[in-house]
Amino acid sequence: MIKKSDIHIHIETKNLNVYYDNNYVLKNVNIEIPTKQLTAIIGPSGCGKTTLLKSFNRLLDLRDNIKTSGEILVDGENIFDSRVDVPDMRKKMGLLSQKPYPLPMSIYNNVAYGLRIHGKKNAKELDSAVKHYLQEAGLWNEVKDRLHDPASRLSVGQQQRLCLARAIAVEPEVVLCDEPTSALDPIAAQQIEKLLLKLKKEYTVVLVTHTLRQAKRLADHVVFLYFGKVVEQGPADEVFNNPKDPKTKAYIDGDIS
Amino acid sequence: MNKRKLRDFIGTKLMFTVTIFASLLFFAIFLILLYKSIFILETQSIAELLFSSLWNPEKGEFGLYPIIIGTILVTGISLIIAIPISLLSAVYIAEYAPGKIRRVIRPFLDVLAGVPSVVYGLCAFLFLVPLVKDVIAPWFGIESTGLCILTASVTLAIMVFPIIISLCVESFSAIPIELKEASLSVGATKWETVKKVIFRASAPSIISAVLLGFGRAFGETIAVNMVVGGIPRIPSSLLHPGQTLASLIASAYGEMMSVPLYESALMLVALILFVVVLLFNVLAVVVLRRAKRRWSY
Ligand SMILES: Nc1ncnc2c1ncn2[C@@H]1O[C@H](COP(=O)(O)OP(=O)(O)OP(=O)(O)O)[C@@H](O)[C@H]1O
Ligand SMILES: [Mg+2]
Repeated sequence: MIKKSDIHIHIETKNLNVYYDNNYVLKNVNIEIPTKQLTAIIGPSGCGKTTLLKSFNRLLDLRDNIKTSGEILVDGENIFDSRVDVPDMRKKMGLLSQKPYPLPMSIYNNVAYGLRIHGKKNAKELDSAVKHYLQEAGLWNEVKDRLHDPASRLSVGQQQRLCLARAIAVEPEVVLCDEPTSALDPIAAQQIEKLLLKLKKEYTVVLVTHTLRQAKRLADHVVFLYFGKVVEQGPADEVFNNPKDPKTKAYIDGDIS
Repeated sequence: MNKRKLRDFIGTKLMFTVTIFASLLFFAIFLILLYKSIFILETQSIAELLFSSLWNPEKGEFGLYPIIIGTILVTGISLIIAIPISLLSAVYIAEYAPGKIRRVIRPFLDVLAGVPSVVYGLCAFLFLVPLVKDVIAPWFGIESTGLCILTASVTLAIMVFPIIISLCVESFSAIPIELKEASLSVGATKWETVKKVIFRASAPSIISAVLLGFGRAFGETIAVNMVVGGIPRIPSSLLHPGQTLASLIASAYGEMMSVPLYESALMLVALILFVVVLLFNVLAVVVLRRAKRRWSY
């Protein structure tokens, strides 16, 4: 049994509140996400999972109808602090979205995109880095002969793995995944799940998921969100086998969805 | 046949007919222009007409070269001014401006795009011409009436802005927010995202917008006519007067009736305008197809 004090906390929210216009979406959220584990955020549709996930790297800033209060500490530093360099902070947090969005460029350039931005210009270094991360994402063998094709020509499952390669190419510390398998067929979904299990050895993985079974298969730690409130959080086996809150139990038993 | 099916049948036939009619119009215009230009093409070779600098309708000399140069200069310079400014402004409106400003600016742009060109011509004549004459030309130590290539180019650039801006804002705003998030979340700055993702993803629309702007600048008649000077000579500087193809037709059509050859020469000019616009549209189709394939997301 791991003692609580052994777990290092990577991301922590303190009294996080988020409003869209007058819609109160996240209500006083206090959660802790442990380092190098896979944390699943579960909860019914519309409860604020995506919003919570995107608040971790301040992608919510893009929307102009949003209001946020509270703190989000990443490695103990509040990301809302005005001294924080937002692009640098985002670089530490890779994102895998619900539907794959390859950038409008070739397969190669999708992976090289972040590398180039952060100063890697040498062609040989780029070549080997692109190869490495495509291998990590389990895509290399399928695309090695057509690296310069537009990325949009890949299948959706391949695109999702490409997005994963793109995200980990800048060596983030956290990978944020928003229902990354919901647009995929079962085989492609399985590939992504396997990758996530591999990733959590090196990265802190936060996985928003709709499917309870997926959370059970993958998660070390679980946060249950219900109507914008955290109902329960803790180690996966405790939450799934011994839920403290009746709402969690109802959700796990499939009585509410 | 019952009533509904009959209506459907008639509707279909009607749509077919108007469509055919519209496409026939294209060929009709082309054939009329061609037919009317044959007269002058019989007396002078096309090369002579396009590359001779002598324009003296009274003497039967119809060298279009200076006017073609004037058209290229005026259209080209106006686009060189308009494109970068419009793109930056469109990016600002779509990506940087707060929602309130965006909602206020957009209707203005749409109105500007619809203002009749004679209004732009008038304003340019009242404000731009004196400015060029009294301020800009003296800077360069050139004597100018203010009616010149530069004035016409700037006027056209101003007319083209709202079109390009409006179309680009629309296409930038149509880019899914997730695409921007994908770029930002690898640590790209906003400007890097604009340059490498937004511009590319909307490349097809930018190309269409620029072509529409080109069409407006290239074919603009009255506003150019009011400020370009109307002299069919190769301008020795941008502060000297010139003439454009479209503006030439407008200024000469009153007098052309008396000289048959003159009328035919102007028809040839119209034919050139027609063919150039046609070529640019074909080019657009080809370029757009390639752009869409390369930069889809
Ligand atoms: N851009 C927006 N503007 C206004 N309201 C929004 C916006 N995005 C989300 N919302 C609202 O915020 C609430 C939470 O949305 P969110 O996308 O975080 O839910 P979710 O848990 O991810 O749902 P799902 O499982 O369906 O993806 C919803 O009620 C939604 O309608
Ligand atoms: Mg969601």
